Amino acid sequence: MRTSVSSFGRLSAENHNVLGASFESVTGGSNVLPRGLGSSYGDVCLNPGGTLLQTSGLNNLLAFDSEHGLLTVEAGVTLGEIQRIFAPKGWMLSVTPGTQFVTVGGAIGNDVHGKNHHARGTFGDNTLSFTLIRTTGEILHCSRTENSQLFHATIGGLGLTGLIASATIQLQPVAGAFLDTETLVFQNSSEFLALSDASEPHWQYVVSWIDCTSKNGRGIFMRGNNSADTRVPEVKLGGPKVPFTPPISLINRASVSAFNQAYFNLNRLRSGAAKTHYQPYFYPLDSVRNWNLAYGPHGFFQYQMVIPRTNGREVLDEVLGEIRKSGQGSFLAVLKTFGNQNGPGMLSFARPGITLALDFTNYAERSEKLFKRLDDVVLAAGGTLNPSKDARMSRQMFEQGFPGFGEFQNYRDRGISSAMSRRLMGW
Amino acid sequence: MRVLIVGATSGIAKECARIWAGKTGSQVEFLLVGRNQKGLESVAADLRVRNPSSKVSTFSLDLADSARISLLETELGALGSPDIALIAQGELTDQELAQTSADALSKSVTVNATSVALFAELAARLMPNGGKIAVIGSVAGDRGRRANYAYGASKAFLHTYVRGMQHRFAGTKVLPIIVKPGPTATPMTTALAVSGKLAPADSVAREIVSGIAKGKKTIYAPGLWAVIMLVVRMIPSPIFNKLNF
Repeated sequence: MRTSVSSFGRLSAENHNVLGASFESVTGGSNVLPRGLGSSYGDVCLNPGGTLLQTSGLNNLLAFDSEHGLLTVEAGVTLGEIQRIFAPKGWMLSVTPGTQFVTVGGAIGNDVHGKNHHARGTFGDNTLSFTLIRTTGEILHCSRTENSQLFHATIGGLGLTGLIASATIQLQPVAGAFLDTETLVFQNSSEFLALSDASEPHWQYVVSWIDCTSKNGRGIFMRGNNSADTRVPEVKLGGPKVPFTPPISLINRASVSAFNQAYFNLNRLRSGAAKTHYQPYFYPLDSVRNWNLAYGPHGFFQYQMVIPRTNGREVLDEVLGEIRKSGQGSFLAVLKTFGNQNGPGMLSFARPGITLALDFTNYAERSEKLFKRLDDVVLAAGGTLNPSKDARMSRQMFEQGFPGFGEFQNYRDRGISSAMSRRLMGW
Repeated sequence: MRVLIVGATSGIAKECARIWAGKTGSQVEFLLVGRNQKGLESVAADLRVRNPSSKVSTFSLDLADSARISLLETELGALGSPDIALIAQGELTDQELAQTSADALSKSVTVNATSVALFAELAARLMPNGGKIAVIGSVAGDRGRRANYAYGASKAFLHTYVRGMQHRFAGTKVLPIIVKPGPTATPMTTALAVSGKLAPADSVAREIVSGIAKGKKTIYAPGLWAVIMLVVRMIPSPIFNKLNF
């Protein structure tokens, strides 16, 4: 059935043929694309004019080894569901991104990372195996020892190697649903880097918010460890909701500046040690439903870069300088350092360095002008952008940032393509 | 508690089963019936992972074959009387095709009406000492609309059928229930579900499970549909026929 589909950034709304993902719908498919919850910001989960194979019906838990924490699930199971079901059993995901509205298939296909990359690596690092269905009708079991090339191509492979039908992932043992957290203030990027270096050996989760409207790049540094507290209160989703798309973006120069001022000061007052439930700690934005609508009818971009640690401070300051000059502030500015290992996928984004993610209202050419300037800074520093978030980087920038691309093309499924693959990989 | 679920791989049935399996301190025995053995096994695995103390058996067969159904009845009868039966099988009907094809129309009636009624009767026979039989109908059965009246007519059949069973079992401990979900995000409605306009299956299931526990005779899920359909049924035809929905 044909229906209009947007990604989370809402930059486009085009017609797609949508089918439930199954062996039958994958086999013989041409111009199809597996899709989970569509929480990616850009065009990685879009295939206008083609077919989306929706995995939401593949939502069974298949097996759980409660001794070793190995969970086998169908690909459409969401990360939020896993946290909710397994926290009371003493297990949680080893790696989770900043939203729980993500499927296991999507988390593997985008090789997502979380606040504990330095301690646990990426989602792919915690994936032991999966079953891949190709449009040729082949059903392949892939792991580090079996079909290993396809395993490494599929992790971070943006859905282009086949449909992940089910996967086995490693959970981590926890006492309960809480984290012991500490909130600190930093006044500039040097202080941020010093805090990161000091915290990483002792804290599993480290993430920062940076005020990109401030002069020196002040921000809030948040670190946490799983708490020994054994309580697991029931999770209630709900809370406020953005009820409709406002005619103009609510996120503009004035609101961002006011928000950042308030957010910084509020957190400065609240700084110190606390005990926090995993829900607000891992998924702060999930508590405001449909928050992506606040960016108005033209949607928004997320620009996530990774830059090497060397000269990281200077590059960061340059990036913040460009953003300030453009007057297009971002209030969702998430800064963190990656650990010292590359992601396990041929196209994994995570790599040693510093990553900064910024959300910008879509102002068409004005936005692109800023992004071009940021691209130049990132490229000169030897950095790259996260394809899972991207909607506009150039093919050249992609190829430069992902040297595994040439090898990756050999493992693609001929029947699968996406708006992104056509834009960045030729087909 | 013993629960018989027919059409157990359907989105709504699966979510109801998960709620029953997740009730704290519950030890539920599930009897899952469906067409597709592999699908049933996945649902069974899911329930066992969620609640390792739940006991799950699966039975796959052609749901419209009365000879097979009667064999199944003997098998199920040996396992003990269910406390709850949920009869949930169904499929969307291609309205345009059903207008000209006897095969398409009768298949829709067989899957959505005949088979469901046969299993509701089977469930009643398995419950000599009483129990609840929830039959999944639809708001689409409350008034015919041009977009889906072939499907709606089968669901209207179920409404009247369950009302008849209620009359027959009045004064006994057997309670037939007609469930009328509004448009729900399930594998049956994948394409529409992407638009985000449908009710999530888990919240629909919560209302169904709580309605069954309360012993309601009719369950609209979400509950607001009771009011909406009351209004829709009362709109006079001359006006209704000018509406486009």
